[in-house]
Order: sequence, then structure tokens, then C-alpha cells
Amino acid sequence: MNWIRNAATGLAVAICASTPSFSNEIGNAEDGEKLWKECKSCHAVGEGAKNRVGPHLNGIFGRRAGSEEGFKYSNGLARMGKDGLIWEFDLLDRYIENPKAFASDTRMSYRGLKDEQKRADLLAFLRRYSDNPGDIPEAAPTVAGTDHEVDPAILAIQGDPEYGEYLSSECTSCHQLTGDNDGIPGIIGWPAEDFVIAMHAYKDKFRPHPVMQMMAGRLSNDEIAALAAYFEVVEP
Amino acid sequence: MKINRRLFMGGAAAGAAATTLTAPMVHAAGHGKPKVVVVGGGAGGATAARYIAKDSKGEIEVTLVEPSRSYYTCFFSNLYMAGFRELGSIAHSYGKLASEYGINVVHDWAVGIDREARTVSLAGGATLNYDRLILSPGIDFVDGAVEGWDVTHQNAMPHAYKAGSQSELLKAQVEAMPEGGTFAMVAPPNPFRCPPGPYERISMIANILSKKNPTAKIIIADPKEKFSKMALFQDGWSRHYDGMIDWIGGDFGGGNVSVNPHDMTVTIDGEETKVDVCNVIPAMKAGKICDMAGITEGNWAPVNPHTMQSRVDENIHVLGDASSQGDMPKSGFAANSQAKVAAMAVRSALTGSKLFPAKFTNTCWSLISDEDGVKVGASYEATDEKIAKVDGFISAVGEDAELRQATYEESVGWYAGITSDMFG
Repeated sequence: MNWIRNAATGLAVAICASTPSFSNEIGNAEDGEKLWKECKSCHAVGEGAKNRVGPHLNGIFGRRAGSEEGFKYSNGLARMGKDGLIWEFDLLDRYIENPKAFASDTRMSYRGLKDEQKRADLLAFLRRYSDNPGDIPEAAPTVAGTDHEVDPAILAIQGDPEYGEYLSSECTSCHQLTGDNDGIPGIIGWPAEDFVIAMHAYKDKFRPHPVMQMMAGRLSNDEIAALAAYFEVVEP
Repeated sequence: MKINRRLFMGGAAAGAAATTLTAPMVHAAGHGKPKVVVVGGGAGGATAARYIAKDSKGEIEVTLVEPSRSYYTCFFSNLYMAGFRELGSIAHSYGKLASEYGINVVHDWAVGIDREARTVSLAGGATLNYDRLILSPGIDFVDGAVEGWDVTHQNAMPHAYKAGSQSELLKAQVEAMPEGGTFAMVAPPNPFRCPPGPYERISMIANILSKKNPTAKIIIADPKEKFSKMALFQDGWSRHYDGMIDWIGGDFGGGNVSVNPHDMTVTIDGEETKVDVCNVIPAMKAGKICDMAGITEGNWAPVNPHTMQSRVDENIHVLGDASSQGDMPKSGFAANSQAKVAAMAVRSALTGSKLFPAKFTNTCWSLISDEDGVKVGASYEATDEKIAKVDGFISAVGEDAELRQATYEESVGWYAGITSDMFG
């Protein structure tokens, strides 16, 4: 459960910093409603909302990831749900900031929302359609933030694919080079940047899987870049 | 000719050392491609053969010696016993290693190693030359480890610790148990192949008995006072098979055990019990070929953690269960991980390819009941002294059913992954 706690404390600090006067408000729901227009083509919310291209978002706060009955989730989100991911403000905030970085195989074809205030506004709007809308957790006062944003300098590292090929032999004990998914997802042919972001999300313990947290945790930035450079060009 | 070549090689090595410390190009001109012989086609040997053949792109001639034409993985053989897998689903052929990777697959027993001449002799009479030899023979049993039992009794009291016909036999015996009958296991002392294996097996046998013969009993005589994933197994046993399993640990006389395969009795700490099935898993040692090669110390073959080279002979690498390396458990995953380090070291020695620092990983999944899976794992690095644990994790008691199911599904994915990593 550490990863949830880390996320919660880290982001709660960020929220307080951005909206210092409202400990119980996460953003401006009126502004959020305007932003919602962009989501409406796929998601429904409100009375009688049904799953459409994306799942309906009534009660999304506190919902287990990948758990809305009758909706076909990507394997990644479904697995996160099984691993215990519950949607709370901080994790939703990460997700909509860059959906592919959070769950690389997500079917949500949304490029992400970089502006922190806008995300807070959008989530404040969505929060109205979940239980206990006033019940926003307050920040723990002294905990440092957990920085999940991958430094552009790290993203810019050119990986050595030969080194990546050697390192990849650790991955292929579980991940098949054919890309087949028999219970463990395929990882070949990923754009290198997505790969790097995903591995850093494990390294920073935002993605919840213990094996992957361990594997990513011992890889240096250069090694992650090398793996990304190698896997990007592997074809089934 | 042999003597000449050895003299020539010695001279070349000395010359190279005197001038410059370049990559160690052992491969001397004029005697064809460098040769690697791999003995044992399991998680260590098959992986090493495949990686050397694949990554050397034809520069190294690889021969794999393995007596079985169809290889049954020990991992998931417990699941077969409970009916969660078909036997055929844990059987693998060496066809792709031969046809796609150009490996010379020889189905024979290695029966002798001449380290001076660098040759392996086979039961069928052939002799194979090598520049590097990889031994990955798995385990054999220590003679006299369980009083009253030796391998001639493996039909009456199967070990089922080398998968295949023994697994079939034990499964059939469990299914034929009389109503309310008794299953006994004699568990092995440390170190042994697959630390959670005996306890996963107990779980799988309890699973099938709870469905077909719910008044049956299970007794485990164990010389150890604790075992791998103990809290997870014991929690699972009480949740799924309450009252069925009686584990007698070392502190309660579980190590003071003898068996009588003729009368089907087991005597634990002086108390004799008549049993219907007895699974004897004796103490283990490195596969016999290591002893024959003269590279063992005690029961196992010590290795250099950076390359998996034998501490006794640098032309021999030892992988998996047979090696003594430090902190890694004797598991298929570990052997597969070590094989890749050894394959890189062998290529580097024979063709001058880049040598990267050794890294190792292990994860062991176990199934406790239908879709109730747990796991334990760790990462390791090579120090001069041993393969040393860096970091690890283990499933927790009290995880919800969905997570346990996800862990089980992940283990199924891992099985597909590692077997395609071994056999192509």
C-alpha cells in the first residue's frame, strides 16, 4: 500500500500549494465543467450515465481501477485494479496528466492535460458525481512530494541497444519476445519514450507491481534508456 | 597434435599478456569454430545453449547433451498433480533449438569428463571436444539420506522431484487412496531444489483430496523448523484445508524419520504410522556428472559469481541447482537467470564480445488453492565472494482474492515466458 500513501501525500502537498485557501476544495468545478466537454465524446457522467467508448464516471473516486462491470478495460488497467489500485484524487490526477505514461496500454486515446490547475478543476467537477464530495483528504503537513515527472534530461538519454539487448535477457524470463500475453504483457515495439516513462513510474513506485518495482528500482537511467532503445525495435 | 595445440595456446596467451590486455581471444586460428558443450537441457542448460547460439550468430558451435527427448519442467508439475495442468502442457521438445538455432542436440548421457583433454564422453560411446563446458545437470539424491529408502524404492515411494513418469505415478497413487487414507511426505533438508516446492505440492494434493477424498489426512515429516513462504502456506492451509494437514517440523522430531517401502510405514520420532502414499524427497546434491568432473566441494559445485565458472576449472561453468553460488535459491528461474550471465561470459571468452556486469533475478510463484497464488522474489548481484541478494519482496498474508488470482494468472504468463526463453 506504500505507493498509494506516497502518491497521496506527495500530491496533497502539491494541491495545497496550488490552492492554499481551500483545504477542502480541489479546484473550480465550474471551470472544470467547461473542460469536461473534451471528455464527453467518450465518457458519460450524471444520472443514468452509461458506459460508452469509455466507462461512465459516476462514483469514480474510490472505485477500483478496471472494475466497472460490463466495460472492457485494457489489460494494464485491469491488472492495476487487481493489484489494488483505487482511484483517488492523486492517482486520477496522474492519469489524466499523461494516460499512456500511467498505463501504457490504456485504450483512452487522450493526450493528457499538463496544466495542474485545469486538472484540479476537471477533477473538482467529476468529484460532484462521487460519494461524499466534501470529503477531500487533507495534506500531511511535512511530507516531501514524490516527483513522478520524468526529467527531460532522462528522456533525452540515447540508449545503447547492444547493452539493452543484454539487459533484456532479464525481462525475457517473463515477457515473451513474440509480444504474446499469456498473463504477463508483451513489451516489444513500444515507443522508447513510453517505455522510459513506464519504467520510471515503476521505479518511483507509482505503478503498483512489486516485481516490476524491484526490476526497475535497480536499473540506472542509462540502463532504462538502453532497454527502451532495444525493445523499441524488436518485432514479433 | 593435442600437445602441440596446447603448447601453442599457452605461448599465445603468454604473448598476449606480455603486450596488451585486450579482450581474451582464446579462439586460436586454425582449429575451426570454438566449441561449447552443454550438459543438461533444463532451465539452465537449454537457456545457455540457446543464448550462446543466438547471440554468437554462428561463430560458436554449440552441442547440447540431454538424455530426454521430451523435457518435463519440474515447475508446474505440482499443478499437474492437482489437475490444473495437463502433463502434455509441461512437456517440451528440443526441436526448435536444433532447427532454428543450429544447436547440435544429442540425446545421450554424459558419463565422463576429461578436464585435461577437454572432452566429454557419452554413454553411447562418442566423445565431444569443448573449449568451454557448461554443466547444468540439476540434482541427484544423497545416498542413504532417508533410512529405509533408496532409488530402487521410487516406485513404492516416489520422489516425483524430477518431473515426468514420477509425477504421473504420484498423482495416480493419490487418486487411488482409500477414503480417509493417509498421505505422507518426507521433506528434504536445506539446500534443495525449489524451496517452496514440497509445500506447494502439499497444497495441490490437499486440493485434490479435499474435492475427492475429504476425510483423508496429510502428514509431513520435515527436518527443518521453517520453510519458504511458511506463513503464506500455513495461512492457506488453514483457510482451504482446515484440519487435513499435519506438519511435523524439525523441533518436533520431523527430522528423525525412517520408512519401510514394503510395509508402507513411516516412523517419525519413534512413532510408526501406516500410510497409503509416501512421497520421499531425499536430501540432494549436484547432478552426478559434477562429481565425476571433480569440481564439487561437499555436495555442490562452487562457482565464481561473476561468470558462473567453476572455482576448480575455469573452462567449466556450472548453472542452477548443481552450483553453490551464495544467496540464490535453487529454482528454474534462478538457473535461467544464471544461464544468461554464463552465456555472455562464454561468448566473451571465445569471441571477444562485450562483457557486462552480472545481474541476477529470481521469482518463485506457488499455488495454494484454486486461483490462490503467492510469490516471493529477489534481485542479486555478483560479489567476489558470492551472488548476493540486493532487494526482494514476498506476498502478504491477508491479500484479497483478486490479487491472489492475479498472482496466479501472472505465474501462468511466466511459465509461457520462461519456457519460450528456454526452448525458443
